[in-house]
Amino acid sequence: MRELTYREAIGEALREEMRRDARVFILGEDVAEAGGSFKVTEGLLAEFGPERIFDTPLSESAIVGAAVGASLMGMRPVAEVMFADFTTIAMDALVNHAAKMHYMYGGELSAPLVLRMAYGGGMRFAAHHSQTVESWLANVPGLTIVMPSTPSDAKGLLKAAVRTPNPVIFLEHKLLYNQKGEIPEGEYIVPIGKADIKRPGDGVTIVASGLMVGRALGAARTLAGEGLSAEVIDLRSIQPLDEETILDSVEKTGRLVIVHEAPVRGGFGGEIAAVVANKAFGFLDASIQRVGAPWTPVPFSPPLEDVYLPKEEDIIKAAQTVLGAGVT
Amino acid sequence: MSHADQLTARDLIQMYRWMVLTRAFEDRICGLWGKGGVVELPHGCQGQEAIAVGACYGLRQHDQVMPSLRTRGAFLVKGVSPRVQMAGVYGKATGPARGKATAHHMGDAERGVLLGSGVVGASITVAVGAALAFKLQRKDNIVVDFFGDGAAQRGDFHEGLNFAGVFRLPIVFVLENNGFSEYTPLSKHFAGSDFACRAQGYGFPGIRLDGNDVFAVYEAVQAAAARARTGGGPTLLECVTYRYRNHCEVLPPEALRDTAEIEQWRAKDPIPRMRAQLTQRGVITDALLRKLHAEVEAEIDDAVKFAEESPSPAPEELYKDVYAPEPPELVVGRRA
Repeated sequence: MRELTYREAIGEALREEMRRDARVFILGEDVAEAGGSFKVTEGLLAEFGPERIFDTPLSESAIVGAAVGASLMGMRPVAEVMFADFTTIAMDALVNHAAKMHYMYGGELSAPLVLRMAYGGGMRFAAHHSQTVESWLANVPGLTIVMPSTPSDAKGLLKAAVRTPNPVIFLEHKLLYNQKGEIPEGEYIVPIGKADIKRPGDGVTIVASGLMVGRALGAARTLAGEGLSAEVIDLRSIQPLDEETILDSVEKTGRLVIVHEAPVRGGFGGEIAAVVANKAFGFLDASIQRVGAPWTPVPFSPPLEDVYLPKEEDIIKAAQTVLGAGVT
Repeated sequence: MSHADQLTARDLIQMYRWMVLTRAFEDRICGLWGKGGVVELPHGCQGQEAIAVGACYGLRQHDQVMPSLRTRGAFLVKGVSPRVQMAGVYGKATGPARGKATAHHMGDAERGVLLGSGVVGASITVAVGAALAFKLQRKDNIVVDFFGDGAAQRGDFHEGLNFAGVFRLPIVFVLENNGFSEYTPLSKHFAGSDFACRAQGYGFPGIRLDGNDVFAVYEAVQAAAARARTGGGPTLLECVTYRYRNHCEVLPPEALRDTAEIEQWRAKDPIPRMRAQLTQRGVITDALLRKLHAEVEAEIDDAVKFAEESPSPAPEELYKDVYAPEPPELVVGRRA
């Protein structure tokens, strides 16, 4: 096994897909000469030249809109919007164009593009460069939303994202870029839509995504020290949502904690809770707990941001709550 | 010799016919609106026919057009049949996307019609992207992107035109300045003198022209297209025209309008104007005109009959085509 960082794994996926398919190209702000704000695309310009990877004006709407148009004409664009907070200014191209093309063309064409964005807090980037946006986009039929938590998943999922004929939002957590992990040798794909049980257990199910997977695993290790067994499910994608893996786990554990970095209220955890309440109500031994950010913007000052972001202790507390409530 | 000078008598009659067909289509759906059957609220383009017809005539099959809300003629000239357009107006299974898209905002991959947007102006960036693909693919196809003066006030106008200028993309922006943004007159939504001058800020030519002169439009688009095909980059064409109907059929044409203004523009109507030119040149006779107009009416009658008799989409159509088919090694777990 080789070790790569999350950043390198994403870069490797892009390089491999660009080598495999001449239709794949990269566009975005500072992606070519500068190698990307987070250096994910470093080295690609040297290998592929300025027709395969190029810098664009500061125009998120045009970046994504152009990716949509190019994808309709047979290209496979990978667009980078450096901060997921900028979804707001690319939203129309995503929601009203990319997501609806296949449907409104009656199946004739689709918009096979990937939109890569760095999301999440913890870097002291304040309110406009730190948000976790998946629930903004999760209510849009036609979109696919991927949130990898490890280097190997990031690589395999991105390769699937580039190849699928549908538009994919690929959310990369800024705090994960330097995280190292083992990468399988050779060619591999991780199918989108399949959750991964990152740690098996039978006392409580903890469902998490992105950066929160690592925190859920940390919480699970602490809980294990207390003799409590937590199963950690990494969703990997929230659209499609792997309901089976969640329901199978809850049927085994009877207890569910849902963790995401976005605010709890209106967050995607509510959807997961509703699915479980609807399809596995009889298996639940305790009420479902959700862990997420409070109902505030992401603050700037480190002591404030530290309070804002969900932590291992929050997950442990939620797990203890559902376990305590369920003890007979 | 100009591009327009090279048009044959057959071309001229065909262009005239497209304009008459466009007008007849719009008049028919406006007349039918409110009487049952027509479910797509008409946003008529009467008065603006010369722009879509002049711009699309002579384009190649694989050139893409991005229609606006006022370019019925673009669909027709590109080969979308009046039957399909009318079935779209009626929301029938024989219409665009089997009832899932409107006639105004439908796409046609085979005929080179890009799928537009109900968010006017937002589709400019998508049209730019199609032109980007042609450049990357080293194809000499072009994109003709239509939008109105209202849409030109959106941020996507700026982002899209700047992007096209930076990458010298093969695209012709056709701005239909019809004097109104929905119900708001130009004087209330625009402080500038003209739109064409904006192109200078994006590094490519902008030309203001008479949008009621089908030959002027044809000439300008053909010249811009020839430049675009050979790497010369984009052009912005501001075609000045006038919309007779209101924004949509919710209000009668004369509401919020100066009727004298409508009458002034009727004197410059593009259809009688072209007819007079063709008659003067001896291209067309009264007998031929009568035949042509009768044929057009019959074609619209046929389209309406087709739409009326077409089945409505089956309920299960709702769930089709949300995602393109994918192999399970790439994506699993899609559900309705």
